[in-house]
Amino acid sequence: MSDIAIQVKGITKRFPNVVANDHIDLELRKGEVCAILGENGAGKSTLMKIIYGLYRADEGQLLVGGKPVSIDSPKGAIALGIGMIHQHFTLDEKLTVVENLVLATGQGRALLNLKEASERLTGLSKKYGLEVDPTAKVYQLSEGMKQRVEILKLLLRGAEILIFDEPTAVLTPIETGDLFKAIRALASEGHAIAFISHHLGEVLSISDRIVVLRNGSVVGETTPTGTSKSELAQMMVGREIEAVTRHKAREKGAPILDVSGIRALSDKKLEAVKNVSFILDAGEVLGIAGVSGNGQKELIDVILGMRKATSGKLILNGNDVTNKSTKEIIEQKLRCIPEDRIGWGLLMGNSIAENLILGLHRSEKLSSRLPLLGVIKEKEIQDYAKQLLARFDIRGADVNAPVRLLSGGNLQKVILARILSQEPRVILAVQPTRGLDIGATEFVHKLLLELRDKGVGILLVSEDLEEILALSDRIAVIFRGEILGTFTAESATSEKLGLMMAGVTEKG
Amino acid sequence: MGTIPILAAGANPLDAYYEMFLGAFGNVIAISEVLVRAAPLMLTGLAIAVAFRARFWNIGAEGQLYAGAILGSFVALNFADWPAWIHIPMMILAGMAGGALCALPGILKIKVKVGDVVTTLMLNFIMIILTSYLVQNVLKDPFTGWPQSAPIPDSATYPVLIPYTRFHLGIIIALFFALVVGYGLIQYTTLGYEIKAVGSNEIASRLAGINPTAVTIKTALISGSFAGLAGIGEVAGIRHHLIATLSPVPIGYGLTGVVIAVMAGLNPFWVVVVAFFFSIIINGSQTMSRVTGVPIFLSEIFQGLALFFTLFFMFLDQYKIRRVR
Repeated sequence: MSDIAIQVKGITKRFPNVVANDHIDLELRKGEVCAILGENGAGKSTLMKIIYGLYRADEGQLLVGGKPVSIDSPKGAIALGIGMIHQHFTLDEKLTVVENLVLATGQGRALLNLKEASERLTGLSKKYGLEVDPTAKVYQLSEGMKQRVEILKLLLRGAEILIFDEPTAVLTPIETGDLFKAIRALASEGHAIAFISHHLGEVLSISDRIVVLRNGSVVGETTPTGTSKSELAQMMVGREIEAVTRHKAREKGAPILDVSGIRALSDKKLEAVKNVSFILDAGEVLGIAGVSGNGQKELIDVILGMRKATSGKLILNGNDVTNKSTKEIIEQKLRCIPEDRIGWGLLMGNSIAENLILGLHRSEKLSSRLPLLGVIKEKEIQDYAKQLLARFDIRGADVNAPVRLLSGGNLQKVILARILSQEPRVILAVQPTRGLDIGATEFVHKLLLELRDKGVGILLVSEDLEEILALSDRIAVIFRGEILGTFTAESATSEKLGLMMAGVTEKG
Repeated sequence: MGTIPILAAGANPLDAYYEMFLGAFGNVIAISEVLVRAAPLMLTGLAIAVAFRARFWNIGAEGQLYAGAILGSFVALNFADWPAWIHIPMMILAGMAGGALCALPGILKIKVKVGDVVTTLMLNFIMIILTSYLVQNVLKDPFTGWPQSAPIPDSATYPVLIPYTRFHLGIIIALFFALVVGYGLIQYTTLGYEIKAVGSNEIASRLAGINPTAVTIKTALISGSFAGLAGIGEVAGIRHHLIATLSPVPIGYGLTGVVIAVMAGLNPFWVVVVAFFFSIIINGSQTMSRVTGVPIFLSEIFQGLALFFTLFFMFLDQYKIRRVR
């Protein structure tokens, strides 16, 4: 029976429109990894911010080591041995690892004793499997390495309780594995660990206990062995979620997107895409798996006509569109679900209706052609927008309200509704469910598979292996601008893909 | 905001405002003068409103105004034998074309990354000096020798619509363009929609098949043409000569148009309202200064302050305060 490190009793926090935490009771125990699972908006972050001293609860009590405490600031939290690893790191990029750690531990002496700090650091690293080069400058490190520095920082300050806020969002599959090893090591040394996530698979593999939050309350507590993904999903959302899976591979159609030998430069004039070739057929989902930053951005830009291909060919529907304008590519019925929903896909200063007709505003249905100008048909637009809102279950506002009032999931639905009504032949879907909750993710996945069944070719570019595996008929892995290998759905596994995404090919 | 300078000048604010009000609305002539001044203001305001919607930062309405005046005057002076119902429309078209052409270099921002602000701003000076040159040389009035062109023939003059006032056709034209053409364009046409889309998010527009370059070019032409219309309106309706001082200092109609457009939220209807408001202040302050002794600088201070705050808030609008989650 382990000791209780932190006890949360009846914590309640209200904001103007919503009760973010509603009488929450929770325990974090020493030597245990407790996962806190919930959708965006369930109240996880708010609760953690209260524990970390960034918010004051309206009601309720926090007890650390059995004694009631009042945590007024992060400093106060750290003094109590509570440390939080945020999604955005708090390191000084220009300094070295050791310098950052000394800065954080505030040794306050005139001379920095880097050697001693370095030794302590190495000792801790070895103990928990958090190896990192003490003399490296932080900006040179990968995200996974930076995260290790954050953890070490907290350990050096005496943190006994560690709270990880969505830590795997920035990690590759291999780095995630390493992090989990470190977490296990920390737990076995007696630390109390809180693991905040909305990622079911990870939660099941790392945690000893799972607490599910929904709409600000605790709706269930269980263990990994005592539950399943679907049960957890149901608790998180409040209704049954079916796992979206592909039916058996159907007959694929003719090639519609032929990419061959494409090379392109990054914004810094380095080669980012090195001789990429693949063919997308109608009626198939081709997944491009890879960690962000391996050339996907540049490849996508080339396909969209927004970046020059320095060599190679791009053929859409049999037409050579290499280095042609975006407008001509759009005319070939290629549409994009962008990674940056707002920056690339929405007119934030406009109404929902105006966003829904973007691209269709010159169609015969919605405008009439006069000699010089087209006149938009207001009524038809209103009807059309209302239909789409209903069909796609877009909630949160009516058609003439500003689009920025909508939540992330609904914004994505606006983009999808718009794209679909334009009857595309090829869809370039980039991280289509990033930041979306389970319900919205289910919706998007179902929609993409429906489109595939109707003969649309879908190029799915995503970091999320689960998503790639669930939807793709074929999977190509991109690493440092090259396609290292292609798998069929049957032959692909998480492990093989994860290795290749890190650059390990079957040869090497 | 205006009361402080009034007090500083040693006058009674209540008297001052009363006189301003009288100066603006005291009688038919006063009211028509307000409208006379409002006409160019609403046109330049409209020009800027359309441009800014597409994020085409047209600071060159002043130059476009003069360019329109020059080209329109050319048509006015050289075809005196045309009947008015041909001459006036042709002159108007020329004026709009002049303004449009003057705005065109602003699109260098797309191809060559030369800023639209800089280009349009610089052209202001070129056009004003060009006008000055023309009226002292090529177009100089042979009879009087003053720095102005020969008088515009009757066939090209905007008729006065209310006797004993200066209320001329140009006012009706300005109202028509602002309320019907401008508003109609932005609200009801596909081009208006594209202008708004490109101004709101260029990448999203591009991904939807809109060509932002084409839209910006059209915006520049339309914006410039409205300013050119203001220019030729002043020539054909009020001055009856081409002169180098069509647009009053301190700021000029062109830059005042920026203030008006932004204050009106880039909405053509409100541009008209704000233009009237400015016209009242400018005209009324003249009366006020005569009667109360408050120097006319008050209205200039007001305009200057309004411009300053407008630009300041435009600048701030570029930066958003965000909570980083």
